[in-house]
This record gives sequence, structure tokens and C-alpha cells, in this order.
Amino acid sequence: MAMLHIVNKSPFEKVSFRSCLNHVSKGDSVLMIEDAAVGAIEGTSFSEKLKTAMGDVSVYVLGGDLAARGLSEDRMIDGIKAVDYAGFVDLTVENETTQSWL
Amino acid sequence: MATKKFMFVNRKAPYGTVYALESLEVVLISAAFEQDVSLAFIDDGVYQITKGQDTTGIGQKNFSNTYKALGDYEIKKLYVSKESLEERGLTQDDLMDLVWEDEDDDWAEKPSIIMVDRSEMAAVMAEQEVTLSF
Repeated sequence: MAMLHIVNKSPFEKVSFRSCLNHVSKGDSVLMIEDAAVGAIEGTSFSEKLKTAMGDVSVYVLGGDLAARGLSEDRMIDGIKAVDYAGFVDLTVENETTQSWL
Repeated sequence: MATKKFMFVNRKAPYGTVYALESLEVVLISAAFEQDVSLAFIDDGVYQITKGQDTTGIGQKNFSNTYKALGDYEIKKLYVSKESLEERGLTQDDLMDLVWEDEDDDWAEKPSIIMVDRSEMAAVMAEQEVTLSF
């Protein structure tokens, strides 16, 4: 059963993003929204942790949340896909279940 | 009224929570009382002053331009943590060009952003009489 994990906290402030990555299963998807969007950027103290997880899971970010924080999509870690709200809906449909890491 | 040294410590990214906007509101109020105001941007607070913020995709008001007006309110000491930028893959080039105009120097524009390391930030904090944390 593929699960969509939704993360909304910055990985630099809270442990919820790390905890999410420690509990995902192969084939799951992770979507970064709100303050979690800053975790999508390459070359941070968090990026290696996320890249390691990307061997097993697909990773997405809400592009609008990146742009709001002054971060352009060309700075994302390779392999992360930016989606809009319609893409968010698609992800909830494609996965059997969702889990929010608040 | 006596002037006191006020510092506003900003540690959260904008838009995800209301802290950044609320801090900015109180900073502007404090300026009206002509206090000696400094701002600190630490941890995720550095995202508050990144350049090129575009909130059209999230349907929230973009308040980043307000930081550019702080110089007009005599708020011209914005201390930014070097380590916090580095941990986030950012440099000073990613921040807005925030300036104030020096009336004693023919209104020359001077930078408001002061890059400091943790020990320098600690020293600035130690000088404050009032510290408000957001």
C-alpha cells in the first residue's frame, strides 16, 4: 500500500521531517508543503539525508511554497518534482493512504 | 521617554506560521516609540529576508517589501547569522539589498544587513535591554 507522507515543518527547526524519512517504505511518496518546502534545496545541512531517502521514495514539493520563500526551482535537489495544488490532489488520489507529519 | 536597546529575534520562516509577520508589526510599532531597535535573523528566520519572494502560488500577502521600508523608520541594524545561511545553502546574495539613508552623509544609502557569526551575535544580544523573540 503506497502512502503519501505530507510534511509541513522545516527540517532545520523540527525533527518531524527526519522522523518521516525514518519511517517511509519503499514506493511511498513524500510531499513537502508550507515551511517544509525549504528542505528541497540542494547544498544544505539536510540535503544528504533527503537524497539518501530518495532511493526508495518519490519526493515532491509545492512550487508555490518554494517561491514564497524566495527559492527558485532550479535550486532543488535533482529528482525532486515541483507540483501545484492540482498535483497535490493527484498525489492523494494515486496513493492509497496519506499521513501528515505535523 | 528614555530610549532602550530593543532586539527582535526572528527564528522562523515566513508564511508557514504567523510569527514573521507579527514580528514585523511589532518592530514597526517600536520604531514609532523611537527606540534603539536591532533585528536578528537566526535559523529559519533568514528566509524572511530572501529576495524574489513570490506568494501568488499560495494566496497569501507578500510582506517582504516591508523590510525595505525599515530604513525609513531608523531601523538600520539587521544582524544576520552567517552559520544559519550556510546550513541552508544560502549566501548574502540570496538576501534582499536592505539599506538606510544617512542624513549626515548627504542621504547616502548604506547597508542595513550586518553579517555576524554566532559569537558576534551573542555579543550583540548581550548588549540589549529588551529582547523580544519570534
